[in-house]
Amino acid sequence: MISILRTIWKVFLHLFRKRVTIRYPEERPSLAPRWRGRIVLSRDPDGGERCVACYLCAVACPVDCISLQAAEDEAGRRYPSFFRINFSRCIFCGFCEEACPTYAIQLTPDFEMCEYMHRNLVHEKEDLLISGPGKYPEYSFYRVAGLAISGKDKGEAENESAPVDVKDLMP
Amino acid sequence: MATIFIDNIPYTVKDGRNLLHACLSLGFDIPYFCWHPALHSVGACRQCAVKQFRDEKDTRGKIVMSCMTPAAEGTRISINDPDVKRFRRSVIEWLMTNHPHDCPVCDEGGECHLQDMTVMTGHDYRRFRFRKRTHRNQYLGPLVNHEMNRCIQCYRCVRFYRDYAGGRDLDVFASHNRVYFGRHADGLLQSEFSGNLVEVCPTGVFTDKTLKEHYTRKWDLQTAPTVCVHCGLGCNTISGERYGSVRRIINRYNRDVNGYFICDRGRFGYGFVNSGERIRTPLIRRSKSGEMGPVSREDALKHLEGILYFGARVIGIGSPRASLESNFSLMTLVGQEHFYAGISEQEQSLIDRIVDILSRGPAPAASLKDAEEADAVLVLGEDITNSAPRLSLSLRQAALNKPMETARKMRIPEWNDTAVRTALQGRRGPFFVAATAATKLDEIASGVLHAAPDDIARFGFSVAREVDGNAPDVLLSAEMTALAGAAADALKNAERPLVVAGMGCGSEAVIQAAAQAAWALCGTGKKARLLFIVPECNTLGLGLMTRRGIGAAVKAVAEGGGDTVIVMENDLFRRADETKVKEFFRGFKQVIVIDHVRTATTGHADVLLPSCAFAESQGTYVSSEGRAQRSFKVCMPEGDMRESWRWITDMAEIAGRPEGKTWRNIDHVVKALAGLMPVFAGIEHAAPQAGFRMTGLRIPRQPHRASGRAAISANVNVHEPKPPVDSDSAFSFSMEGYEGMPPPELIQRYWSPGWNSVQALNKFQEEVAGPLRGGDPGVRLLQPGPLEVPAYFREIPPSFRQREDSWLLVPLYHIFGSEELSVFSPVIAGISPEPYIGIGDQDMKRLGVNEGDAVAVTLPGYSRVFPVKKTAGLPEGIAGMPAGLPSAGWTGLPAWAGIVKKVLHKEEDRHA
Ligand code: SF4
Ligand code: SF4
Ligand code: SF4
Ligand code: SF4
Ligand code: FES
Repeated sequence: MISILRTIWKVFLHLFRKRVTIRYPEERPSLAPRWRGRIVLSRDPDGGERCVACYLCAVACPVDCISLQAAEDEAGRRYPSFFRINFSRCIFCGFCEEACPTYAIQLTPDFEMCEYMHRNLVHEKEDLLISGPGKYPEYSFYRVAGLAISGKDKGEAENESAPVDVKDLMP
Repeated sequence: MATIFIDNIPYTVKDGRNLLHACLSLGFDIPYFCWHPALHSVGACRQCAVKQFRDEKDTRGKIVMSCMTPAAEGTRISINDPDVKRFRRSVIEWLMTNHPHDCPVCDEGGECHLQDMTVMTGHDYRRFRFRKRTHRNQYLGPLVNHEMNRCIQCYRCVRFYRDYAGGRDLDVFASHNRVYFGRHADGLLQSEFSGNLVEVCPTGVFTDKTLKEHYTRKWDLQTAPTVCVHCGLGCNTISGERYGSVRRIINRYNRDVNGYFICDRGRFGYGFVNSGERIRTPLIRRSKSGEMGPVSREDALKHLEGILYFGARVIGIGSPRASLESNFSLMTLVGQEHFYAGISEQEQSLIDRIVDILSRGPAPAASLKDAEEADAVLVLGEDITNSAPRLSLSLRQAALNKPMETARKMRIPEWNDTAVRTALQGRRGPFFVAATAATKLDEIASGVLHAAPDDIARFGFSVAREVDGNAPDVLLSAEMTALAGAAADALKNAERPLVVAGMGCGSEAVIQAAAQAAWALCGTGKKARLLFIVPECNTLGLGLMTRRGIGAAVKAVAEGGGDTVIVMENDLFRRADETKVKEFFRGFKQVIVIDHVRTATTGHADVLLPSCAFAESQGTYVSSEGRAQRSFKVCMPEGDMRESWRWITDMAEIAGRPEGKTWRNIDHVVKALAGLMPVFAGIEHAAPQAGFRMTGLRIPRQPHRASGRAAISANVNVHEPKPPVDSDSAFSFSMEGYEGMPPPELIQRYWSPGWNSVQALNKFQEEVAGPLRGGDPGVRLLQPGPLEVPAYFREIPPSFRQREDSWLLVPLYHIFGSEELSVFSPVIAGISPEPYIGIGDQDMKRLGVNEGDAVAVTLPGYSRVFPVKKTAGLPEGIAGMPAGLPSAGWTGLPAWAGIVKKVLHKEEDRHA
């Protein structure tokens, strides 16, 4: 009996506490950048598509909702020819972002993704690709990778020396 | 057997092993790079270090390379000693100083031995702050990709390519940390085995360029065990599929067959499965002259009801590239007496001869492993590198067996590769090649003969005579007699002599001569073996099923007529003259063709039914060794495509045959065949049947980490489709199922915790490089006859006589081009030769032509103009023509042909 009364008293006291819920959507919350919401594909500082279609996000995804196909342009740069996320399956765990070696795939603080049609939650590359670098403004994978692409020849990546001259006999 | 102590626990290991081999076989994980079970040890990478102790009292020990240390009795080592662990970690760290930051864009990623070993040693943080050395890549042709930055200088590539496969155009250049593995200049890798670099190289330097076109990680590939369909050797392969297309093929280990390697035709020839030439829907010709129109499966079957009525005279033409099951179902549908093998008359008589010899004579058929172990080899009439490529790799190893005795005498262990090769000093054992033109194996031969097929046969008969005086005598030139004598001596002195011949030069006499030589050797008490090369993946199987080829079919129809012919997976225009085939088809009211690619024959169909290529069908194939092997579906056929035997079972139902109702899965067909023909009794055991389960579970075709199943088809339908059910095998089309090691016939991929690369294979073998756990797949169907030598062949062809006005045109084989299916793959078509006429030096003078000049070639009913190509080794009076090129048209070679120089009048010439 006493414990019931105590509980009622405690609940009553809550009437005078500060409110934590807000009147969404009239009021909008401010979410931290690391909040895990809508997934985007970003671009590197030069504006190129960041995703190199390595399939790591797809394999990391615990619900298997990412599917893509790797392709390569004439200059040797890899990209996904299609990239699909089925948001109706996504649990916003962020594993894909953690797995991504290029910072291409990023979760953003946007959670307003409701749809009337189940199938509209299937997003293709066109829906995912944003125009900027997202949370990581500096990083460009190809500046550190050894692959030659247009505008970056062998030996021109960070911390690389010029290509070896195989005919050189110097010790 | 020797006892060694690993971290103070005794283990028994086989004699003559090195520590690395022994420890890996015992299931220990020791990282390694330069050692390879087939290439042995050189001690180059320093990765496989262990600590060795003198005795129980020794506590300090010393670090040794396990791959270079014999696992001798009483050896005491530690794998987990902290010093040695630190040593191994620093070796990797040091290799990694120059390694690029490439894994995400590297095709090796996810199945990279370097990644595996790095994780295994525990090197996880880059401390090195200086610059990385870089390299420029080379263009190595359309098959193999080169990304030299990733090299860790293990030397495996050159050791495989040069030492093992005999290639010359890949080598190591430059010095110290600049060493470069590549060609002297950009260009197509010339070895027929270049694709093995993809598996041999532990990093992403050499990767599969055809995979790159539709790149998929290993963890996403849906894979199944398959059997290569591009020649008669029956190499075991693993094929991988993703998003409905075949993505790549890798080697599947079978110690008795292909071991660790396959040829480039088998690895890169799969493109025909994805090609635009596939037939995807049933097509029906509404009126005799009309166009073919697509119909549904149901409509096609309804249409067939009007054709396969009771009492219709139907004949069936089978195919050497179709499975036993498909051939047998066709035979059942039309009746044994109306079933024909659909191979040319010449092929039929050759395969009949081979079947007789292998089942009657005392010499057993040799497996590829037997070939590799032979210590004296006689090759008659085959350009093996091009007609049965994988065999040439085995024979290159066989040539080292005799000289190995030197190394053994010097007490050099077989695995000490550098020491062995130094001891051998490039010497090779007895190896005799008789062929119509120069072959790549000539370079390792101790005696070479280039002659006409008849003379090759005479040479073979003469070898037999030299071995056994009771064999009939042959008169040869002094030179040939001496060579025959030398060959006979070598074969007589060998322990495991091998005679290789085949259907390649189109001569029955050559096949008989080979048998004669082997039998003569058997008569002297030798364990001689015979290896007959057959052209297609099921030529021998079909040869065991029926003895009637296309010639018999033509004759039967000319005599008795027919209403309908069913041609299954066969392009008859590759088997007989165009006019003859056309006339044959005209003899029928209806031509039903079942095939998976468009060929000249499908153009003559009134009903064309889409069948499945190897990747979408299950079936049993009999290799040239007489080994029945099962190949499994990698993916489900799309739409209305179905296996030939399923179409035929539907037809059987229409025709009112009981099989139409009772053959529900492929096991029923296999059982019926095994029951009906005793020679096929063994095929039921070629692999576990459809009802087989491991702990109640199916075996998953997809790896447990396969990704994307909730998204792959979400663009079409957000609800995931139920995976198809395979009613023919124990495999599932999903990632669910038994996780452990499947039985050897059902190994669908190599993976083991910590071992993501193909080197996980170590875990699937009883002993590394030994048989697979549970035995090597396949059932041998042919048992040799009684030990005594059968009556010798006494009909010896007369020696070849050059003719004034005509040339004997012989077939010249090309690994890329001569085989039917691989040429439908765009990459293979791109590296296949254009038709030409090969002429020897002397004859070029006689004809007054130079390389590139045009000559007109006339055969009965055939006249074409081809450019001349100088072909080394062709004897006088003999010309060659590339075999099987679709653009050359069928010509039953060898045949006498008129060849005249053709002066092409060019536009400019006339103006001048
Ligand atoms: S957030 Fe998690 S569930 Fe969603 S796509 Fe990424 S890995 Fe998959
Ligand atoms: S992990 Fe990153 S780079 Fe790799 S496929 Fe996914 S988004 Fe692209
Ligand atoms: S070779 Fe292996 S470790 Fe090197 S980049 Fe490729 S996947 Fe990564
Ligand atoms: S290219 Fe590959 S196989 Fe050759 S040395 Fe380098 S890492 Fe080894
Ligand atoms: S594997 Fe032993 S040194 Fe390379």
